[in-house]
Amino acid sequence: MFTKKHIISMRDFSRAEIDAILKKAEELESFAKGKKSDLLAGKILALLFYESSTRTRLSFETAMKRLGGETVNMISTETSSASKGETLADTIRVVSEYADAIVLRHSKEGSARMAAEISNIPVINAGDGAGHHPTQTLLDLYTIKRESHLENLDIALIGDLKYGRTVHSLAYALSLYGANISLVSPEQLKMPDEIKGDLRKRGIDVSETTKLEDVIPNADVLYMTRIQKERFPDPSEYQKVAGTYRISAELLKDARDDMIIMHPLPRVNEIDADVDATKHARYFQQAFYGVPVRMAVMSLVLGAR
Amino acid sequence: MKKELRVRPIKNGTVIDHIAAGQALNVLKILGIIGQTDAVISAVTNVPSQAMGTKDIVKVEGRELAPHEVDKIALIAPSATINIVREYKVKEKHKVALPSVIEGLVRCANPNCISNTNEPVISKFTVNKREKGVQLRCVYCERVISENIVEHLL
Repeated sequence: MFTKKHIISMRDFSRAEIDAILKKAEELESFAKGKKSDLLAGKILALLFYESSTRTRLSFETAMKRLGGETVNMISTETSSASKGETLADTIRVVSEYADAIVLRHSKEGSARMAAEISNIPVINAGDGAGHHPTQTLLDLYTIKRESHLENLDIALIGDLKYGRTVHSLAYALSLYGANISLVSPEQLKMPDEIKGDLRKRGIDVSETTKLEDVIPNADVLYMTRIQKERFPDPSEYQKVAGTYRISAELLKDARDDMIIMHPLPRVNEIDADVDATKHARYFQQAFYGVPVRMAVMSLVLGAR
Repeated sequence: MKKELRVRPIKNGTVIDHIAAGQALNVLKILGIIGQTDAVISAVTNVPSQAMGTKDIVKVEGRELAPHEVDKIALIAPSATINIVREYKVKEKHKVALPSVIEGLVRCANPNCISNTNEPVISKFTVNKREKGVQLRCVYCERVISENIVEHLL
């Protein structure tokens, strides 16, 4: 059923393949919580992080170790061969002789696809510049599946919909399940027309608003994103929109009882601390789900039974 | 055929006709045959054409271009026809067909794409035909080029 060698972009996946990953994650969830496993014993995962990361790197490492596998790390590029001018292609060739799978984060879009062409072991994309971060999308889908429902979902994507790569991949993946998507963003951070057109062509109901209040009463999921300073060419542009969209407990009084709030983290001030204690908060649970989902991905590409 | 006599008929070789006006030199660029061949090549631009108003024509003498060599010009000259000439007669005639993938022909428009770095990687795009024109999607970063493809030629 699952035959993918590499995990590069959500565009590569059919709904059946995504369902297979989510099902596997569910099977492995008890191991993510600490139950002993030797599913990946004897396997070595190479973590190549050319850009900093906390959750992604730690959850890959946790997932690997909890399944009995080992990890080798290349974190800082200052002390690595990349600082000596080695190409990524050469690094991939070398590391693919050492390890059983590679997790790659790199600043250039398309770097993971190139790595997959060169590598003779599985490559998992953990973020390629402003491009893709498929395991984030998979853990978002898993969170929605576990804490809400994937079918007939009403979801609001909020914040930076122009530069935010997570929302583009998530919207694309949700289109395979037929969601109603509301887009909430300031004018200058609207989702690119091309992506909206693509979603509509897939029969997805897409609506747009600039007001957060509009979407709260009907949403099953509020998916918040951080407005990232580094994606703005002009700092004054960033100042103008920063902090426009903020969720507080007060704002949630019209929300449905079973509405959940997600966020890929780190949050800056998009979600007030007083929301953490409400029945709606799921972003820390979502971060935890990164572990079983990455366990699932690794065990599938490494062919573990 | 009379109108093509601005350049003398060729004995053997390939005539690429019905090229969109002004694209003859880009066609030669895509074919990559200038500088790498001793063949006599003539290009005529803005020739009156009944079907197209004006058109360009390219003739390559002494060489029969195979469809896989020529199809990539469909990117900028989708209505082009290929005529294989032997002993002054057109022996084969066919339209260009868009290839599904092109390699090493177009530079990705995304400056942050891995194909625009010093990595040993050749630009590669999937080709999709749209209502008007052609859409290219970078295999690496997935950025789409749908306008002014000529400006992105390597």
